[in-house]
Amino acid sequence: MLIQLARGKVYDPTHGVDGEVRDIYIRDGRIVSAPEPGAPVDQIYNLDGKIVMAGAIDLHTHIGGGKVNIARAMLPEDHRDKRHPRTALTRSGSGHAAPSTWSTGYRYVEMGYTACFEPAIVPVNARQAHLEMGDTPIVDHGGYAMLGNDDFLLRLIQEGRDQRLINDYVAWILHATQCIGIKVVNPGGISAFKFNQRSLDLDEPHAHYGVTPRQVVQALARAVYELGVPHPLHVHASNLGVPGNVETTLATIASAEGLPLHLTHVQFHSYGTEGDRKFSSAAGRIAEAVNAHPNVTVDVGQIMFGQTVTCSGDTMAQHRNSGHAHPKKWMAMDIECEAGCGVVPFRYRDKNFVNALQWAIGLEIFLLVKDPWRVFLTTDHPNGAPFTSYPHLIRLLMDRSFRRDMLATLHPDAVAMSAVGAIEREYSLYEIAIMTRAAPARILGLSDRGHLGPGAAADIVVYTEHPDRERMFAAPDYVFKDGALVAQGGRIVQVTRGRVHMVRPAFDRGIEKELESYFDRYQTLGMERFKIGDEEIRELSGEPVVHPCAGRASA
Amino acid sequence: MSSTGVLDPVACPFCGLLCDDLRIAVDEDRLTVAAHGCPISVGAFAGLPPQEAAPRIAGRAASLEEAAVAAAHLLKGARQPLFAGLGTDVAGMRRVLELADRCGAVLDHMNAESLLRNVRTLQEAGLMSTSLSEVKNRADLVLIVGGDVASRYPRFFERVVWNEDALFRPEGAWPEVVYLGEAADPSPGTSPDGRPPWVVPCPRGKLIEVIGALRCLVAGRPLDAREAGGVPMEKLEALADRLRRARYGVAVWSATDLDFPHAELTVQSLCDLVKELNRETRFCGLPLAGSDADFTANEVHVWQTGVALRSSLAAGYPEYDPYHYAAARLLARGEADALVWISSLSDRPPPETDVPTVVLGGAGLLPPREPEVFIPVGRPGVDHAAHLFRADKAVVMRLGPLRASVLPSVAQALSAILDAYCA
Repeated sequence: MLIQLARGKVYDPTHGVDGEVRDIYIRDGRIVSAPEPGAPVDQIYNLDGKIVMAGAIDLHTHIGGGKVNIARAMLPEDHRDKRHPRTALTRSGSGHAAPSTWSTGYRYVEMGYTACFEPAIVPVNARQAHLEMGDTPIVDHGGYAMLGNDDFLLRLIQEGRDQRLINDYVAWILHATQCIGIKVVNPGGISAFKFNQRSLDLDEPHAHYGVTPRQVVQALARAVYELGVPHPLHVHASNLGVPGNVETTLATIASAEGLPLHLTHVQFHSYGTEGDRKFSSAAGRIAEAVNAHPNVTVDVGQIMFGQTVTCSGDTMAQHRNSGHAHPKKWMAMDIECEAGCGVVPFRYRDKNFVNALQWAIGLEIFLLVKDPWRVFLTTDHPNGAPFTSYPHLIRLLMDRSFRRDMLATLHPDAVAMSAVGAIEREYSLYEIAIMTRAAPARILGLSDRGHLGPGAAADIVVYTEHPDRERMFAAPDYVFKDGALVAQGGRIVQVTRGRVHMVRPAFDRGIEKELESYFDRYQTLGMERFKIGDEEIRELSGEPVVHPCAGRASA
Repeated sequence: MSSTGVLDPVACPFCGLLCDDLRIAVDEDRLTVAAHGCPISVGAFAGLPPQEAAPRIAGRAASLEEAAVAAAHLLKGARQPLFAGLGTDVAGMRRVLELADRCGAVLDHMNAESLLRNVRTLQEAGLMSTSLSEVKNRADLVLIVGGDVASRYPRFFERVVWNEDALFRPEGAWPEVVYLGEAADPSPGTSPDGRPPWVVPCPRGKLIEVIGALRCLVAGRPLDAREAGGVPMEKLEALADRLRRARYGVAVWSATDLDFPHAELTVQSLCDLVKELNRETRFCGLPLAGSDADFTANEVHVWQTGVALRSSLAAGYPEYDPYHYAAARLLARGEADALVWISSLSDRPPPETDVPTVVLGGAGLLPPREPEVFIPVGRPGVDHAAHLFRADKAVVMRLGPLRASVLPSVAQALSAILDAYCA
């Protein structure tokens, strides 16, 4: 069957197409070249004047795994207030900050998102993450396995073992957990908290191992690079949320020594200590550093005002922030000598100085980082805000008068300390298409997603242009997933199952001898049982798609 | 799959520990634990129900398709169906929810009372918790609260506490074990070098007083009392001091043991004590559960609906209410007019009721009366591959199959009912 999307205004930054009127053809779920003149077309969508982009990709959203499920169970009030009735086509669900899996998939697709990546998978909990993502309909998915607080790796670093061994271990984890990337959260800090350390700066030694976060970041960034994993090491840096953490963040950028690094929810890591309240925006310095380091990419983790819940692997930070829990309940968990998780509900208030400034800091980063290929639109769902606030965030980036109107409603001292009111920049549709489609696909190694060239998967979104960009991006006219029309006018019209994206870099299986002994001696399940098989991933989560890794020689 | 031989290592689905080091001797249908057994696993494997059973409609043998049609017919005629028991694996629970969403059912697990003691604590205050391998490698103090733990989780001490190998404990430096509450048999708490556990007895119903007093002492708040819950103050002070000095202490409880009114407040108080201890040191809670896949059912329910068990989908969307949607209450008050009872991990029978009933259970399950529809199903992790959550929620394990089976899984039986329901 050949489908023609006729005469849409196409935004496809991968191919440099900036609002040109073009036809797009779909056959068997893929975008194909224009057929010979006179060839029969089975279905035509007349898109005169409508905007056409690839499906959007969220590269950092907590949609699967134990911590999200804890958040759901913890907050019946979040679910009582937001109910999603069953329809003839869709399953029922509930929740705003931590929605149920079915609801998560539907809401994402209704907004034109066709792929979502869970950024914090505790390896031993990977099955649960894949199960939850498998019950998140339509969207493609994948995850980043968390390393850097696992005792196996910390021991390798402590003992000064060869980088090749670390690379083998990292590759083994990617295979065993069926993940597409590696994440490090508060490098060494989650482990340090288990030894009752309450903070750990980049060059501070871990109380037990003596290893520093810098060593952890370097070992992992190098492993990911040498294995040829497309996505750079995904870094949740040390000292999240701590005033003055800009110094740690800048030092973390420098610690990469030119290796690719992705800093996540960088808003939470861009704080200075100026002013009466000893809390200020350091977004300018962070943006400057990002602009100066082409090896660095960031996603913002924008906050929005209202109730949400923070879900993080960073038990050290979550415990430190638990006093701010709203409502007053929170949990933290140590997990299997690998990592941990913490869940703290949170309400960001526009009249609160710190929250207002956090809002402004996020926007400053968006607007001051020059290259839209290296800054990504995220709220760190649900930590900064639920993902459903993306259309609002897009309007803030595209409409400076709207931005200034919003700024005027915030805590005046925060407004006075922020540069955001003075920034003129407005994102263009082309730049939005970069930061939400083309760039995340590129940085994740998804060669057939995020663009509209022949051969690409037909994940396509069609919008009616509207000056209110929030309205425009909230409810696209059409959303195609692998060529199937799945949403129309912001409503689901067909439910499909997404695929699971992963990488499998080559490595020396010899590492299993040491791992097996480690599992037998110290873990409470066997090594073989830890691994997730292909048949299993199909049953749990969806068809696996393995992306190539171009391994690089060890330096 | 061979009909005779030895399987090694095997994971056991019969308690929340999911020990994965068992050796199982296979002789045709008979499975016997040959190594690393415990009273629960040995009994459960020896007592596996037969496999030749056929579905029944009102007592008469029927095919799976016929039984599915009869079950679907029964559900279509019901105004308020109730899906209870819910002793099933992840795949089974996924189908339960699909069917329940279609017919607007109420959902309740057979262990929901004990499950909710922990869930409600999470919803009211939260907790700091840990997982089995953390306890194994770090704990220097294990505080058992309520009962003895070992009768429900027989290998807890062997696998998690008394380990030769631990990453952060010098050899021979065994953790200290303290029992607080009513432990009929504290002997599993005796260390390999013969050191007996410290036993602080108190009635379970008085635990909340003792824990409250410990919280005061740990926080350094003045407490004008000579005893709490029958425990003399000197003993409480010594215990509080020991808790404070732990480098990595772990409070372990089985909510099933805390079977008295408003026990969730005792659990919450214990979790608050743990949080208080973390102001100065590291301490975690470890609520053990997982029998009849209660954690598994709840986790899948939570991610698919957004809320914990017990819930209703009758309004077309999930509503959580742990009081109203209790199966026993609904049946007693005549508020349910169809019951689907699922018990695939044990042969727990459905409650006595006149309500038209569909049973999905082991072939050895003996219902109090012949149900309208009975579909014998296989044991998850034995007759078919299964995913189950471990007691600490950190790990989802893939188990089995251990023998060739002709019985459908709960997921397969429910898919058949779903097909008939939608036909």
